[in-house]
Parts: sequence; structure tokens; C-alpha cells
Amino acid sequence: MTTPTAPDLKCSGVCKNFGPVQAVADISFEIPSGTFFSILGPSGCGKTTLMRMIAGFEEPSAGDIFIKGRSVLNVPPNRRNVKMVFQHLALFPMMNVFENIAYGLRCIGTDRDEIARKVQDVLNRVALPDVGEREIHQLSGGQKQRIAIARCMVLDPDVLLLDEPLGALDLKLREAMKIELKLLQNQFDTTFVYITHDQSEALVMSDRVAVMNDGRFEQIGTPQELYHRPQTAFVAGFVGDSNRWSGKVTGTRGAEVTLETEGGTVVRSRPGDGTKVATGDAVELFVRPEFIELVHRTPRQKRTGLSGKVDNLLFNGANSRALVRLATGDLVEVDVTLTGGTDDVKPGEEVSLSWSTKNAVCFPARAAS
Amino acid sequence: MVNQERRLLPGAGSVMKHRDARRLSLILLFMPLALWIVLLILLPHIGMGILSLREKIGPRQYEFGLANYIAFFQEPIYWHIMARTAVISLLVTVLALIVGFPVSYYIAKIAGPRTRGAMFMFCLIPLWVSDLIRAFGWILLLRETGVISGILQWTGLASAPVELLYNDAAVVVGLVYTVMLFMIVPLTSTLDGMDDAMIEAGYNLGGNGLTVLRRIIIPYAMPGIVSGSIIVFMLTAGSYLTPVLLGGKYSSWFTQTIYDQFITRYNWESGAAFGFLLLFFTSFVVWIGLKLSGQSLSSTVARS
Amino acid sequence: MARRSGNQAFLLGYRLYMAAFFIFLVAPLIAAGIFAFNDSVFPSLPWKGFTLDWFFGTSEPKLGMFHDRRLLQGLYYSFVIALSVSALSVFVGTCNAFLFVRSNLPAKNFFYIIMVLPLVIPGVILGISILVFASTIANTLDDSYGIDLDFLRPGIVLVVLGQFSFVATITSLVITARLRKFDETMEEAAYNLGASRARVLRSITLPYLRPAMIAAGIVAFLVSFENFNTTLFLVGSESPLTITMFDRMAKGGSTPVLNAVSFFLMMGSGVLAIISILVQRDRTAR
Repeated sequence: MTTPTAPDLKCSGVCKNFGPVQAVADISFEIPSGTFFSILGPSGCGKTTLMRMIAGFEEPSAGDIFIKGRSVLNVPPNRRNVKMVFQHLALFPMMNVFENIAYGLRCIGTDRDEIARKVQDVLNRVALPDVGEREIHQLSGGQKQRIAIARCMVLDPDVLLLDEPLGALDLKLREAMKIELKLLQNQFDTTFVYITHDQSEALVMSDRVAVMNDGRFEQIGTPQELYHRPQTAFVAGFVGDSNRWSGKVTGTRGAEVTLETEGGTVVRSRPGDGTKVATGDAVELFVRPEFIELVHRTPRQKRTGLSGKVDNLLFNGANSRALVRLATGDLVEVDVTLTGGTDDVKPGEEVSLSWSTKNAVCFPARAAS
Repeated sequence: MVNQERRLLPGAGSVMKHRDARRLSLILLFMPLALWIVLLILLPHIGMGILSLREKIGPRQYEFGLANYIAFFQEPIYWHIMARTAVISLLVTVLALIVGFPVSYYIAKIAGPRTRGAMFMFCLIPLWVSDLIRAFGWILLLRETGVISGILQWTGLASAPVELLYNDAAVVVGLVYTVMLFMIVPLTSTLDGMDDAMIEAGYNLGGNGLTVLRRIIIPYAMPGIVSGSIIVFMLTAGSYLTPVLLGGKYSSWFTQTIYDQFITRYNWESGAAFGFLLLFFTSFVVWIGLKLSGQSLSSTVARS
Repeated sequence: MARRSGNQAFLLGYRLYMAAFFIFLVAPLIAAGIFAFNDSVFPSLPWKGFTLDWFFGTSEPKLGMFHDRRLLQGLYYSFVIALSVSALSVFVGTCNAFLFVRSNLPAKNFFYIIMVLPLVIPGVILGISILVFASTIANTLDDSYGIDLDFLRPGIVLVVLGQFSFVATITSLVITARLRKFDETMEEAAYNLGASRARVLRSITLPYLRPAMIAAGIVAFLVSFENFNTTLFLVGSESPLTITMFDRMAKGGSTPVLNAVSFFLMMGSGVLAIISILVQRDRTAR
């Protein structure tokens, strides 16, 4: 059964029903060895249930899960070589750091010297060589995080599951831990399956990301693919920021679609990968703020693009935004650079907006699909 | 399709096994509770109920009837004692509330964080000392040759030894003392949860001390007041030691009557009936209290 | 300004009230304890000098508590009873905690109320109902089959059962409250790290519950040691300490040896109280 090329983790047709509610609906995927794989989705999308099935805390209603090519359906959680870092870490408060890390080794009956050696080794690898005798409550948030990972990694798992472990940390620490997690994963060279609702965590750390919604995977791909070539309206809306309008297709010409938003703005766009739209279809249009070009309009200038007026400026350094009200009444968010010079846009100013057609993606509206 | 079915079956098998294990552990866990409640609470009370309905019509001759209960209502001395027990218990409850409320308020709202803990611990001290020793302490304080009498003579306020023991006042003081902490604990924990800003807002909106107390603090503390009062009332009505030791032989407390029937007169039938009457009566008062305040029994008891 | 000074006076009055309250709290305890050291055959003023005779005196009239056979016996019985009651109640309390927090028991709320109930039944009634029930069974067995079950007659076993019948509620409430605060992912984490179910229970869940179990055990021990109302009806020839002391008190004419016992018990309770506070303030409480 086990072949050298078997993926670390493979799910085929996994479903989970809780009574009449289908939490996970027919999910299939494979994760090659050594990948940082994220499952990204809003809360309640079923990602935690999926992870608990992989860990063995829930049994799938249908389908199968393979670890290193071997089905684990009848393997209880304590026999699966899949370790998990819990949302609130679940470090054992009645034990010190050393005992926490040694716990799993003791369960499999490793002898004393071996335990001491392995624990010290893993502590070195997470760059906390001297904390063995500390109590859990003496550790900082980031240290706890690393101990929770060390506790799993000391057992040399085939797959490490991480259930939103950064959720409880404050913003600064979270940013630092993102980088650190990625480095740890490189160092251990183990497959990480990371669950999160935070798209920036998923984009920054992952080799591949699965976007999950309503119990299904909407799209699996590299972060770049998800960002630049979304395949569904949900992915386009959930990953990264986007302006989003509903509208109706008024005409198609080759790969180009002309549509009119509910507000009456006429826009040209391209249909999302693998989707088809026809004249008269209800669609949703997505344009990312950073792809919109904003120019000051002078009365003499020839009109290009859409004209509007700056309603508001949201200053946030390099990530500043302008809210532009189009003549039709639609509101557009546009990334702008505010240098503090005289060239900056100001509220009330007349501007014109334009973007390249390839950066305006439309999808058939949800009801139609 | 076939493939999927094959995979489903073993999974289903382990689900079944899992379910059996769960059921077994549920039964095992339930056994102690069931044995305890059935053997020590339910059956004894049923047995006592049956016993209380047995009329003695001759030596070793019995028949079923309500005679033991009827005797209670026909014999004024019995229901007088019951009424007396009830009135004093209510008085003790009210006094405990009046004395305890300011103490709880001070601990919860006025004392600094460090003194707060110390004071609370201090209030709990009597809990760790048995009823008997507490009553004994009061005897030593109140009796003719006791400390208070001695102090009164020494300061010249009294010319001869004063007997402060063996009267209703001594019983009330002793009982208030005994149950005090069951009033203070729920009150303090309720008041502790109250946001100081609510009191300040009350003043800020123009209330004076009294209206703030009446309109804001007391309504907020109501759950604590109710749980404290219920516990205190039950403890008082069911107490035995304090009334007997501080009130003397003829303190006429209802539990004492039960004891007499059982141990002194060996009239178990009537003792059982009296026991039931006490149980009905206290449950009734507790029930009224809960109804009037809209609280539930488990939340009330859990609070203390 | 006037208001401020009014407040000051009010606060001063309030502080005096608190002081008076605390004097009220400790006065009887001090009175009960201090006369243990009075070199007089009556536990009352005047003070006749310091003595330890009421603890260690070997002969009448100043027979110390450590040489008073009946008191020592009472102490011993109380100790045996209290240990049994607390062991039983902690065991049942722990089972109940798992039953109410973890299991899918049907009608859980109903059973929870049933479990709380013994605490609101007056102790006197618990005592007489168990006395009646046990005697009925004993009499029936004796009359019909000639079997004489001694433990159903008033005595230590009945006292233990009678006290257990409501102490178990206390321990159940304490341990259940602790288990409710337990983060179940901790068990999942241990399971995930390869521990068996039994090992998870032994190495994670029970250590977490331990402080509550110890504290509940101490409370159970003290409540049992001090119990009077229930014990009174179930006691046989082996009187526990409270009953022995009560008999002497009710007869009046007590000597300060009772104060010595009181002092001894207060110290004992104090030590237990400190232990239970220390265990509950452990590292896992954070």
C-alpha cells in the first residue's frame, strides 16, 4: 500500500453530517509531503470539523482519509501519527514544559534518557533551549505557541494540524508568529495543515491554500492563484479586498463582458476562470482597490474611465484608501498613495477612475449557480 | 459506490462499540447517585411517610389513618411550638439580613482589594468551627457567671450577676450568629458582581443615598438576598443545638419536639408525622420565597 | 464641604459598625477557647492564672482532655466517621461531576435538582428518616428470617450513611463546578499525543480535579466532624465527640476541659482551612 510517492494526507469524498446538517460535503484533496497547506474559510464553514476528522475526534459519515497512503478510518486518535496544535494550545497547566513535551514520548514508552535527549533536541529546534523547567504560566504567548508545536513535533508526526493557533495572540505577536511558523515548518520539513479564517495568515505562510465555504472546497491553489485568478465569486470576495457590485450582462465580445451595475455604471470585465456568462445574466463584479488607477480630473481633460468625486480619505500610511462616489452613485474603494505633498487627492475632488479589463472579474450571481 | 460501502462498514462497527462503551460508563456513573438518592433519601422518606400514617390503636396494633397529623392540630401545644419556631426563624432571617447586608456591602464595595479578601476570610471563620463550640462560646458569654455579666458588674452597670441565658433573646442572638455567614456569602458574591458605575450613575442622575440603595443596589442584590434568606430560614427552622443550649430545656423548638417523640417517648409514629410537618412547612416557605422572587432552587443552592 | 464631612462621619460610623461586627464574630470563639487556659474548675471569670492542666492534667478534678477516656474515644469515633464520610462523598461527588458535566444523561436538570435536594432537607429529618428506614428493614429481617443485621441498628455505620446523605451534595457541587471549568481540549490534546483513555483520565483530568477533590474532602471531613442534628438520631453506643460534648454541656456544670477540646478543634479546623486554601490556590487555578 505505502508507496514512496504517497501523499502525506489524502481525503477522498469526505462527508460529515450532524443530524440533518451537512457540515462537510464531499471533500477530496491531496497534500504532498512537506507542504504548508492552509484551509481558509469563515467561521462555521466546516473547517474545524474537517480537521477533527483528520485527527480522529470525529468519524466521517462517508469517504475515507489516508495518511501516508494508509486509511485511518478505524484508527483511534491516539494511534494516528497526526498531531494537533489546538486553538488555545491546550498545554497541560499541571506539568512543566519538559513534562508537557515528554508526555507523548512517555505514552509510547520511550526510555528516560531517550526522552531527555529528544526533548532537549526539540527545544533547541524551537530556539527555547532553557525553558524545560519552567511552568506553563511563566511562558509568554509566543513561547507557549512554540512549546505547543514542540510537544507535537517531538513525536515526529506525518502531519501537523494547527487549528487557528494564532487567534488568541495580539496583533503584533501574530505578525511575528506568522513568519516564525513558516520558518519552523521549513526547518522540520513536515506537512503542516493550518486552519484559519484570516486570509492574510493563509496567504503569507502557505504553499497551497484551500478556500472552504459551506462545507465545500471552493478552490485549491497557491496564494497567488487564489488572489489573481479566483474561480468563484466566494474566493474573489473572501481572499483579499475587493470592490464588489451586482449587475447584469449587457453584451459579450470574445472574452470581454460588458455589464451594467445596479447603480447604472457600465463596466467592461472578463468572466472568472472556468465560468461562462451570457447577455442578460445576473453577475457579480470584483475589482481590487490596488488595480484601480485614480487621476485628478481637469475640465479640459478628455474623459476617460469613470468620473467621480472623492467622498472620504481613509489615511493608513502605505495602505491608504480613497472612497470615490461615482456619478451613478456607486461607491468605489481605491488604493492611493498619500505622500503629504500637494499632489495628494483631497476630499471633494473630482477624479476619474480606470482599470484594465483583466483585473475586473465577474461571476454568475450566486442565485443563478 | 461499492468501494465506499466497504469503507463505511468498519466505521459503523466502531461507532456501535463506542456507543456501547458510552452507555456502560453512563450506567456505572449513574449508579452511585441512584443508590445514594434511592437508599438514603427516597426510600427513607417514603418509609417515614408510611410510618407517620400508622395509628396506634392498641399495644402492637396499628391501622392506617391521619391520627398523628390530627393530633398535631388538636393539641395546641404542638402547633404553638411550630408557629413559634416559624416566627423566630423569620425574625432571625430578617435580622441576619439587616446585620449582614451592610457587612457584605462594605466587603464588596468599600473595602480596598487587599482588606476585602481578608475580611471575607474572617467572615468565614465561624464556618470552620462547629455549631456546638459556637453555642458553647455564647453560653460562656451570656450565663450568670459569664463574661458579659462579669463586665457589667465590673463597670458598675449591674450590682448583681445577670442571667442573660435561657431566654428567647439569647436564642435569637445565637441563631443569628450561627447562620450569619450563609447570608453574607451569597450577598457578597452578588454585590461583588455589581458594576460600581451603576451606583455612580445612580448618584449622577440625581439620586440621594437612600434612593440609590432602594432603587439600584437592593434590586440588583435581590438574587443574593433571596438565596441567603432561604438558606438561613431553612437552617434556622431545622436547627436543634442552638435553641436547646441557649434557650434551655423549655425553649420549645419544633425539632426538640420531634426529638422528644422519637427518643424520650419512643412514639416514632407521631415523631415521623412531626418530621413531615416540618419538612412540608420549610419546603412551603422556601417555595413561596422562590415563587415570589422568580428564582430556581438549583441556582439558589449553588450560589451558596 | 458639609457634604464631605457628613460623608466622613458616615464612613467612620460604618467602620465602627464593621469593627463591632467582627467583635461579635470572634467573641464567642475567644470565650470558648481562652478559658481552656484558666486555672479554675469553672470556665468563667475571674481569671485565676495560666495553666495547661485542661489539656494534660492527669487526675480529677483537673482531668485534661488527653487523659479523659470518653473524650478521647469520642475524638476517635468522630475521626473514623469523618474519614469514611469524606472518602465516600468525594468518590460519589467525583462520579456525579462526570455524570453531570460529561455524560449524556437524560433529564439531567431533573437529576441535578434531585442531587441538590438533600442539602435543603433539615438534618433532623434526614436523621429520623434513615433511622426509621434502617430499623424497619432490620426488624423485618429479624422477625421474618431471624437474621440480625447489626449495622442497621443505630451506630457508626448509620451515622456515616446519615452524614453522607447530605455531605455528598456538597462534594458533588464543589467537584462539578471545577470540572465545568475544565477545558476539554486538554483531554483531546493528550489523546492526540498518544495517551490511552485511562492514561488521559489519570494524568490529565484527575490531576486537574485534585485540588477540588482535596478541598471537598476537607469540607466533608469538617462538616461530618461537626455534625450534630443528623448524628443525634443515629448514634449508638459509640458516641462521636460532638455528642459526648453536648451531653456534658446540656448537663451543665462543665469544666474547662470542654474549652480545651474546643480550642483543640478550632486549631484543627484552622489547619485544615489553611490547607484547603493552599491547595485551591495552586498553579492550575490560573
